[in-house]
Amino acid sequence: MDKSVNNKAWFLVLPVLFLVAFSAVIPLMTVVNYSVQDTFGNNQFFWVGLEWFEEMLQSDRMWNALGRQAIFSAVILAIEVPLGILVALCMPKRGVWVSVCLVLMALPLLIPWNVVGTIWQIFGREDIGLLGYTLNMLGISYNYTQSSISAWITVVVMDVWHWTSLVALLAYAGLQSIPDAYYQAAKIDQANRWKVFRYIELPKMQGVLMIAILLRFMDSFMIYTEPFVVTGGGPGNATTFLSIDLVKMALGQFDLGPAAAFSLMYFLVVMLISWVFYTVMTNLDKRGGA
Amino acid sequence: MADMSVAAPRSRGLSLPRVNIRAVVMVLYLGFLLLPIYWLINMSLKTNSEILGTFSLWPQNLTFDNYRTILTDPAWYMGYVNSLIYVVMNTVISLTVALPAAYAFSRYRFMGDKHLFFWLLTNRMAPPAVFALPFFQLYSSIGLFDTHIAVALAHCLFNVPLAVWILEGFMRGVPKEIDETAYIDGYSFGRFFVKIFMPLIASGIGVAAFFNFMFSWVELLLSRTLTSVNAKPIAATMTRTVSASGLDWGVLAAAGVLTIVPGALVIWFVRNYIAKGFALGRV
Repeated sequence: MDKSVNNKAWFLVLPVLFLVAFSAVIPLMTVVNYSVQDTFGNNQFFWVGLEWFEEMLQSDRMWNALGRQAIFSAVILAIEVPLGILVALCMPKRGVWVSVCLVLMALPLLIPWNVVGTIWQIFGREDIGLLGYTLNMLGISYNYTQSSISAWITVVVMDVWHWTSLVALLAYAGLQSIPDAYYQAAKIDQANRWKVFRYIELPKMQGVLMIAILLRFMDSFMIYTEPFVVTGGGPGNATTFLSIDLVKMALGQFDLGPAAAFSLMYFLVVMLISWVFYTVMTNLDKRGGA
Repeated sequence: MADMSVAAPRSRGLSLPRVNIRAVVMVLYLGFLLLPIYWLINMSLKTNSEILGTFSLWPQNLTFDNYRTILTDPAWYMGYVNSLIYVVMNTVISLTVALPAAYAFSRYRFMGDKHLFFWLLTNRMAPPAVFALPFFQLYSSIGLFDTHIAVALAHCLFNVPLAVWILEGFMRGVPKEIDETAYIDGYSFGRFFVKIFMPLIASGIGVAAFFNFMFSWVELLLSRTLTSVNAKPIAATMTRTVSASGLDWGVLAAAGVLTIVPGALVIWFVRNYIAKGFALGRV
């Protein structure tokens, strides 16, 4: 759609600007403030420049958390995107089952995040949880509070359980938008199932899949509540992701300076990667004319 | 695509052998989703001694005591009330400010519009953990700590950008000629917006409201940081009561089940729009 140039449109945006400025800019400036100052208490601050940033960049702690975080995000994207597409392709075509499937699939998305954690905490326990009990009965040693491999598996499976439906719903929305004529044409050309998927369904899903990847990347990179409830970042630091580490540092140890420097770099990383996704997405938008 | 609902039935001939596989995948996936939830419901209907004493796939002595505990104790049920209050407040605020902004983004080009739009989105990307402490200090200093409005405003951080994004997607689908015709007919902007435009994107508003409800309902970190007693959300009530009373599994499970109910109810009303909504109106 051709948009006309009209700078008066700014007036329509002003309320959002004020509100978001209040709830984003002021706190962000507070963080910036902390990141360049040190304190001995009593609200006396003095300027330390970029010392905290240097300290954080040299500390293993942040790099380790970042590494764990990157692996986690990569693993869940690698599982959730293909699985979500598969589920979307398997959705019933019409009738009451569509509604039933949609509602059941969306259910995990609407559970408060700490309840998600609680559900898996209970489900995975080897004494009272179905999963932990069954696995241990089968002779597979599984204990998410003791073994870091178990903890990782639990956290990943929990995230897959929680968020695959998001990808599936998005992919389903993309599939729905494909006109029937495309399939008929494919049938006339005697295209096989794989070709229908590769040349019709996948290109049509491209836009929504980008949204799915963007949302899943952002949210998995910010994950806090669920692993915190289940493992508390442990055993050891095995599942201490960036947010968990940050909250430990800021609210637990009250190391405001380093935590603030950490925050800003963390935010910057998320923003940079998201910006790449976003640029790709808007370009797709333009090309597809969606 | 507005006409997806009237797509003609697809020929079954092509996919006949696959029908079963698809059903199997779907059943397996839904089973995977529902099993942990079933386990939670199962536990909520047991007594604590049964939970810890015997391992059973369904409750041997069915009991509703856990639910009775929650529904009769104000410390518990006020958590639900608090959560609902700030969630509704947040949804109303977010939609009110997002509607005109989304209209501006969908209809006009103006100085810095693209930057502004991305800047809004960056707030959706901001890790709440980054903002937890500054929020606490900001709202304490203006005397809003432990009020519902504080949580509602804090959640605007990620809900307003999301609402703008979704609404903009839906508004793009409305032809611009409608606006122009209305202005020629002598409608003022305000009247046109409320009388003509909003009904046209009613489903978009519904979807945006649903998403704001959802993300405000599920968020814990900020709502826990910004409240202590009067506005404490149910999610925080759960974590605290649990640690204090030495893990009362039955009540914990029952409280968990009750937090799923509002979401399940809301989702039923928007089920036909969920898919499109998750695509942020961009399908």
